[in-house]
Amino acid sequence: MTEASVKRRSWALWLPLVVFGLFAALFLWGLVRTKDDTVPSRLVGRPLPAFDLPAATDGKPGLKHADLADGKPRLLNVFASWCIPCAAEAPQLARLAAAGVEVEGVAIRDHREDLAAFLQRNGNPYHRIGADDLGKLQIAIGSSGVPETYVIDGKGVIRYQHIGDITPDDVALLQAKLKEAAL
Amino acid sequence: MSRLLLVIVLALTLLPSVAARADDTMPPAPYAYRQLDDPKLEAKAQGLMETIRCLTCQSQSIADSDASIAGDMRSQIRERIAAGEEPEAIRAWLVERYGDYITYTPRVTSLTWPLFAAPVAILLVAALLLRRRFGRGERNGGPQA
Repeated sequence: MTEASVKRRSWALWLPLVVFGLFAALFLWGLVRTKDDTVPSRLVGRPLPAFDLPAATDGKPGLKHADLADGKPRLLNVFASWCIPCAAEAPQLARLAAAGVEVEGVAIRDHREDLAAFLQRNGNPYHRIGADDLGKLQIAIGSSGVPETYVIDGKGVIRYQHIGDITPDDVALLQAKLKEAAL
Repeated sequence: MSRLLLVIVLALTLLPSVAARADDTMPPAPYAYRQLDDPKLEAKAQGLMETIRCLTCQSQSIADSDASIAGDMRSQIRERIAAGEEPEAIRAWLVERYGDYITYTPRVTSLTWPLFAAPVAILLVAALLLRRRFGRGERNGGPQA
């Protein structure tokens, strides 16, 4: 063996350890990083699909895609009476509605009487509420759960998706996104 | 260690409440728990459902999950298959909405191509190394006849 090949071998001897170290680092990183379970919709930036939902409650009309393309940006809130975070975000939706934001609701898999009781209890910030009994619209807009809130611009294009309940800290962000959508 | 224990105990006590809050009382969608009458179409639908991820229970397929959104997806898939749609078209429709995460069958993209290229590359390197080794053996006289 020449001196050069001996040198090469001693270097190669460490290679498995280096590879092992790389894998160990990868696993460790996988263990300590915080896991993000949210599945964002890929339809942000694209127009809403066509839909026409019947009214979910007395006194509020149903919802169709044309209602969301009248030149005014608004919020589309996907919610349900059986969803606890939806009750938690109700005060924030009320604040947004009081500030002049039009909030449209989509009630997922909801009984009419349950929904009426929910609105009685938590207030009704909605302009219209469509009933999505089989989750059809929910899947069509890439929503993976309740509650979710979409910012829709005046042309009916999805501009932003908020996953989970709207906390008091999120109100300003949503208002900023609505302002952006109005431009 | 005690912190780990605390986390485990907390997780165990909190889990039931997390599961309970995703409960609606609506009856399941028409084809969530009902097979299609045509066994050929049902097999097509089943094949697709087994490779679509449930969004609520993210390590299960929608075929395995009782989450309501999984039932809704099963029902939609069966209805669309019955209407003559191809499973891959429905998969593409779902990927368009939820991204690659929704499907368990990986696609070749700019991000995933190394997964498909790596086995080929490793085989090539192995073939090269083996040829060098056996080639050298032959040069040194090969097997003694």
